[in-house]
Order: sequence, then structure tokens, then C-alpha cells
Amino acid sequence: MSALTAITLDLDGRRQTALAAPDATLLTLLREGLGNTGPKRGCNQGVCGACTVMIDGWPQRACLTLAAACADKRVETLEGLAEDPVMASLAKHFAEGGAVQCGFCTTGMLISARKLLEEDPKPSSERVRAALSGNLCRCTGYRKIVEAVQAAGQGLAQ
Amino acid sequence: MTAPDEGGAVGRSLPKLENLEKVSGRAEYIADLTRPRILHGALLGSPYAHARIKRISVEAALAAPGVVAVLTGADVGPGRMGPFIKDEGAIAQDKVRYLGEAVAAVAAETEAEARAACNLIEVDYEELPALLSPEEALAEGAPAIHEDLQSYTKIFDAGSEGNLCSRSCFEEGDVEAVWGDCDVIVEGAFTTQAQAHVAIEPCGAIAEVDRGGRVTLWSANQSVFRVQANVSECLSLPMSRLRCLTPLVGGGFGIKMEAHVQPIAVALAMKAGRPVKIILSREEDFEITRARHPFTVRMKTGAKQDGTLVARECEVVADCGAYADDSPGVLGYSLLMARGPYRIANVKCQGQLVYTNKLRFGAYRGFGNPQVTFAGEQQIDEIGQRLGLDPFEIRRRNMVRAGEPWFLGGNVASCGLADCLDTVAKKPPPLGPAPKGKRRGRGLAINAHISGLLGTGAIVRMLEDGSIVLNTGATDIGQGSDTVLAQICAEALKVPLSMVKVASPDTDGSPFNWGTTASRVTYTTGRAVIGAAKEVERQIKEQAGAILECAPDDLDLRPGGRIGVVGSDKELPFAAISGRAHWAAGGPIIGSHSLVFDGKTHDPKRGSVLGLPFPQIGVFSFIAVLVDIEVDEASGQITVLEAWNACDVGRAINPKLVEVQLEGGFVQGLGFALFEEMVWDGPRLANPSLMDYKIPTTLDTPLELHSFLIEEPEPDGPYGAKGVGEIGINAVPAAIANAAAAALGQRFRHLPLTGERVLDALMEDEG
Repeated sequence: MSALTAITLDLDGRRQTALAAPDATLLTLLREGLGNTGPKRGCNQGVCGACTVMIDGWPQRACLTLAAACADKRVETLEGLAEDPVMASLAKHFAEGGAVQCGFCTTGMLISARKLLEEDPKPSSERVRAALSGNLCRCTGYRKIVEAVQAAGQGLAQ
Repeated sequence: MTAPDEGGAVGRSLPKLENLEKVSGRAEYIADLTRPRILHGALLGSPYAHARIKRISVEAALAAPGVVAVLTGADVGPGRMGPFIKDEGAIAQDKVRYLGEAVAAVAAETEAEARAACNLIEVDYEELPALLSPEEALAEGAPAIHEDLQSYTKIFDAGSEGNLCSRSCFEEGDVEAVWGDCDVIVEGAFTTQAQAHVAIEPCGAIAEVDRGGRVTLWSANQSVFRVQANVSECLSLPMSRLRCLTPLVGGGFGIKMEAHVQPIAVALAMKAGRPVKIILSREEDFEITRARHPFTVRMKTGAKQDGTLVARECEVVADCGAYADDSPGVLGYSLLMARGPYRIANVKCQGQLVYTNKLRFGAYRGFGNPQVTFAGEQQIDEIGQRLGLDPFEIRRRNMVRAGEPWFLGGNVASCGLADCLDTVAKKPPPLGPAPKGKRRGRGLAINAHISGLLGTGAIVRMLEDGSIVLNTGATDIGQGSDTVLAQICAEALKVPLSMVKVASPDTDGSPFNWGTTASRVTYTTGRAVIGAAKEVERQIKEQAGAILECAPDDLDLRPGGRIGVVGSDKELPFAAISGRAHWAAGGPIIGSHSLVFDGKTHDPKRGSVLGLPFPQIGVFSFIAVLVDIEVDEASGQITVLEAWNACDVGRAINPKLVEVQLEGGFVQGLGFALFEEMVWDGPRLANPSLMDYKIPTTLDTPLELHSFLIEEPEPDGPYGAKGVGEIGINAVPAAIANAAAAALGQRFRHLPLTGERVLDALMEDEG
């Protein structure tokens, strides 16, 4: 095994340090090094989107991002976004709108949806679909997720 | 939306109980759990589909960094598991029967160390011919995949022989005698492909053994009781030595109903003397768990000039894969559903289930119903077309009604199918003209599915403060059964939903529940919840009667957790009653109820059966599915533009959760119909990743996906409810194929309807 190195990053507003192997992904660092299990490992290949987190303000796949490349970067997960008004509106509408089933895709789905609503609080359903096309859900059939994102945007606009 | 604490709980789209955990990133699934001193397990899979294991050398792996224990078939004894035929050990012994089957497992300090050590295990194999299709496996001279098949314990035995795992034959009337009476007969051979479940959470387990040898086992599952039974059987442990628990589960669809890695996790933990966690990679989840059975369906249907269906014959050959798992049940259930929701006097359905050297095929939403419905519902359209009857009319003339028997004689107590058909007939506007280079079509299919099956229980406890804990042992796999069962309990006791908490399934403390499968939890477990709540009501009335000095019959439940004297404002809160019960008289208030579904599948006066895997099954939900599709003439690609689902659910306990079952089922069916396919390159699965095995994304699903709930109450259902978990998928491939036939003037009898397949048909048509 290669030597572990200490990586320091800004996680949800706090500077945190953990040890990681040179080939460790951000997903492994978050889940195993820092105990943040919100991002999920669905495929470890960048397809399912369950591990989506914000890195310096952009939604990224934590499973495709090397932990070492995140040194000194700002990483946001759902846990750090609890007070964020956009996320609060999304969480409410997901929970009440039938958009949450097993929940395994939900954290990644919410991160992607938040970025969209920041850019466009009143997205068309086509725009929502495009923005969420990289987040797989096997339970809902997506309709209620798309509607929840639009309702969350409406809620913010009012 | 009214506040959750106002009014009755049933019939309202209340948010699911655990949603706050799930939208805050705090929800914990098996991969999120850990234990002190935990080790990580990894599996070594066979590179051959069929081979004898001559020798396994584990010394180098044992000496590798971080490794604590290595498990092989030599460690696990002769126990075998299986819901129908006990043909599967915890880990391969003597022989491997599919590529990827675990031959060894390593427990190490880290997952990386465990995986690295697997590569140091040396296995000598003697390769045997790989039998990769039912035809190859049934060919004369084919080697037996299970040499000891005859000696296996069989819960269900329909005459297994050679590589024939099971068979079934059901008959009513006399098909042979009536073909001559038919004015129109359609006949065809249909094939359906292997579909992967792709629950977004891969399978996993954590096992821990205490000093006394008792095992605690957490896993992604659809039934802690099936986990307990399977591990007990294959490791020859008394069931009472196993305590099986569940964290939240990230989807199931059938993949987590029977065992996956739980037996290996337990055996490794016993050997290592420390807790062991195994989480499958996505690739392993594809390669070594289970998938939907590929079917070949030969079907023949005949009708009179007026559209009356006279006869149907169906012959199924199902690929079982290497182990029987739920397959004998899938085969038998598919044949029971092959008549469709129609009155047909003469029906013969038979099938063979054949062992092959592929991963086991098993339970998957629909349980064989989508495969036979793909054939049957296309033939109804074909007959209608030949007779000049539109798809609605041919179905209306033949559909089953309440009070009429199901195929073989089961009781159809409620049936809202006519309303389902009328609803999807009225909703859509006429199909608009196709743009240049496209063609459009509209397709209909109808279907029925059961929800009454096997055993279940419920315990309702009233705590000292009058609040309620409901314990059913039913695993909520994300579909919302905890919420629905709590709603049923709250309604029965007239309390706000917030007063009912749901205990997590635990084989030590929960009543038996066969599982979250067969669309059964709302209907079957819901009945048990009402029974247990009634018992609580009886006990609190007895207590209140003693306090208020009146007969229990003179009391009634009041909304909000109170009980009062009929016609008076004299009343008591539950807390006062429960406090007295706990501390002074009568004892703690505990209501329990259990049942086994006992409706008969088969009436011997109606027909004959060989190999009936479920002698007590019933309670029918119904659905009509209408789709509009567009076909691109250049690529052959089919797009579903809009879809209408109308489903008779008896009573929607939580309408939004019912809708999302229908919508999720529709989209999983869309993937099955259009592009999902597990492809083998020889014995090796060629596309075990989400890169190569596509499931529908937001962009593949119709913008307009409509759900209509028809409520035709089931007489003995909880508040009239029946099941809805699977029915949403069953008719989708058939409806899309019927739409494709309408758009292109051709029948598609092979799934999936890929662009390539459609284009080939278009070019053939033009050529």
C-alpha cells in the first residue's frame, strides 16, 4: 500500500483533515475518513450520481474526484446545506411531493437540483430533466422529482 | 395540505415517516453502518461458468497485509438453502455453476486489502462444458449442472430431472377440442431478455458474532425472516442463533428478497472472530446476485367472430440460471397469469424451468407476469385487428368481472377493470400527426396482479403515555410501507399519525413477516395491523370500562387518543388507561394478530394442475396502460411521448405513494421494453456496469406520465386496499409493443424494442 497523506479541505464550512491514500477518491475520504455518509456509492464509476457533492460551487461526482485534488477546496454536502434556503425548499417539496422513495439517490439529486435552482428558480420541466439527467433513480419514475424541483423553485420565488 | 394530525389517516397523501432523514443526508443504509473492530470482506469469483474445484490454496492470501481470515467451501459444511429447492450453499463447494460465483472470501482490515488478497488465492479448476441456454442444457448428453439434484431437499417438487429444475402444467376446459370452433386464431413465439434490478443501493451485509456464538446480521434485505431462514439453512445454524436486522434499504425490486452476501458475511465473521462487512461493487451486484428470467413464450389464442375469446394455450421455457432460488414460483405464477384478466373457458399453460450456467434468475417486480403479458396482450390486439374490433372493445367483451373465477378457480372478489379501461379511454386527446421522419402510434394493454400471499403478523403496543409502537417485521424498501401501515394503525385507533411509531424489523422482536414481495405488504400485513389494533381497542375498552364503571360495549374511540362513553362527554385519554394497565391492573396493553392468506388458487372442479407452487394466492389488482409513442424512421428509436395508467387499487391508503409505485413501475417497464438487456459474451456478462447497462434517466421518460386511481374496495382488504407494488410494470412492454404495431404495421415479438431491432423491421418492410 502506498503511504497515506493528510488532506485538509473545507467541508461544509469547517476545515477538516483526514488521511487518504494517493488513489483514494473524495467519496472514500468523505465516507471513511470524515464520517460523512450523505454521499452514496451507487456505482463508483461516475454514472449514477448518488455521490454528487459541491466542489467550489459546482456539482461533481465524488467517486470520480481524487481526494488529493480537493486539498484546500470548498466541499459542500447535504449536511452543510441544512440552513440553505434553496435546499430547505427542495427538501420540503421532495419530502411532501412523493419525490423520495428509497432515498439512496436523493442526496445527489438534491445537490444537482439546488445548482439548477440557483441558476434558474423557475425552470421548465425540460430544463429540470436536462439538469437531473445524470442522477439515476430506480424508484420514482422521475415525474414527482421533476415536479418537486419546480415546486421548490416556485416556493422560493414567492 | 391538511396538517398531518388532523382528521383520519387513511386516504391522505402524508409524507413518508423517514423523509426528513432522507432529505437531510442522514439516512443510514448498510454501507453507512459500522461496528467496533470491523473487518471488510471481499469475494473471489470463479473465472469459469462451469467447473470442478480441484484445489484451493489460501496460504499466500492469509499472509498478505491486513488479512485476518479466508473462507472457502471447506469451511461451511453441507447445508443448502433455497425457497423451493435447497440447491445452493453459502459459497461454492466442489463445483462452480456460473461465472463470478464466489469460491473464496477474505476478511481484512480494509476493503482494498481484502480485494488484493483475493488475487493471491490459487484455485485449480477442471473446466466443464458451460450450458448457457435452456436448449443447450436440455440437449441429450449435456452434463448435469446439479449432479445431486435428486437428493436435494425440495419444499416444492414438480419432478426435477437432469437440468430440468421444475415444470408446471395448468389446464381448464379442453383447448384441443375447441380450436376448430374458433373463427380466428393467432399464434406466435415471443422472447424476453434478462433485466437487471439495479436498485441504486448495491447489496451488502454486516455480521457480528458474540462470545456465545450468537450472530447479529444487518443487511440490505426485503425480509429479515428470509435472511434468517437462508443463513440458518446453508450454515446449519439454529434460527434462534441468528438475529437479523435491517437499516434503511435503497430499493429492492426482488433482488434483496432471498440471500445475497449474508451467508458469506456470517461465515467469515465466525471464522475471523470479528465483525465483517461486505458491500458488493456495482459490477458484482450485476454479476452475482440475480436478475429477471429470460422467457421464451409460445402463445396461441382463438376467438369467435363476435370477439368472444374461446381458447388460449401458452408454453413457457424459462432460464433458471445456476440455482433454483424463486424460479419455480416465477414459472408457476407466470402460467397462472398467462390467461390474462379475461374470461376464457379453455386454457392450457405449461412451462419448463431449466438450469443453466448463468447467475441465478429470481424474483423481480412482476414475477413472470410482464413476460407472459408481453405475448398475451399483443395477441388480444391481433385478434381485435383481425375482427375489426378496436383494442378497447375486444377487451371489454372479454374482461373478467367481480365474482368470476380467475384461471384455475381463484376468487376475484373485487374488480375495477372496467373503470380502468374507461378512464384511459376517455383521458387522452386524439394522437396528433407525426412530424416528418417520425411515425406515431398508441397502444393499450391491461393486466392483473395478486397481493394476497403467505404469512404475516403485527404487534401494536400502547406505551405508558398512550403513544403507540407498531411492529410488523415488514421491511420498508423505500416504497413507503412503514408509513402506510402506520396510517392503517392510526386510522384503526383514531389517533394522529404522529402518535404511531414504527419499529424496525428484528427477528428477535418482530412478528414473522414473509417479506416485502408479491405486492403483499399493504394488503396482507395491513390486515394483521387492523387485527392487532382491534385487540388493543378491546383491551383499552375493558380498562376504560373498569375506570368509568360501564360495559366495554358502551365505549367508543374518540379522535386524538381518547375513549369515551357513547352519547356522553365522559372520556379518558389513552395515557390514563395505559398507565393503569402498566402499574395497577390488567397488564401492559399489547395487541397482536397474525394470519396466513388462505384463499385457494385452484378449484379442482375447474381444472387440473401439475406443479402449482402457490396453492393459496389471490386478491387481484387491475390496471390499464395506454401509451403514445413516436418512432424515429432514421434510427428506429422509440420515444414514449405520454402515458396513462389507471389502476384499481381497492383503496389508496396513501394516494401519492400509490401513484409513485405506478410511475416507478412504468419507467422500469419502459427500460425493459426499450433498451435494458443483460448481454453475455459467452459465459461472461458483457455489460455489468451502469456505463454499459443503461437504465432510464429523466430524458428517457415521458414528460406526461398520468396516474389514475380506481378504488373498488376489496371486501377483506384493510380499508378496502389491495397491492400495487408490481402491477405498474406488467403491462408496459405489451402496451409499447402494441403502440409500435400501430405506428409501424408490424408485430415485435422480441424484447427489447431497440432502435436496431425496429430499424431492421422497417428496412425489411421497405425491402
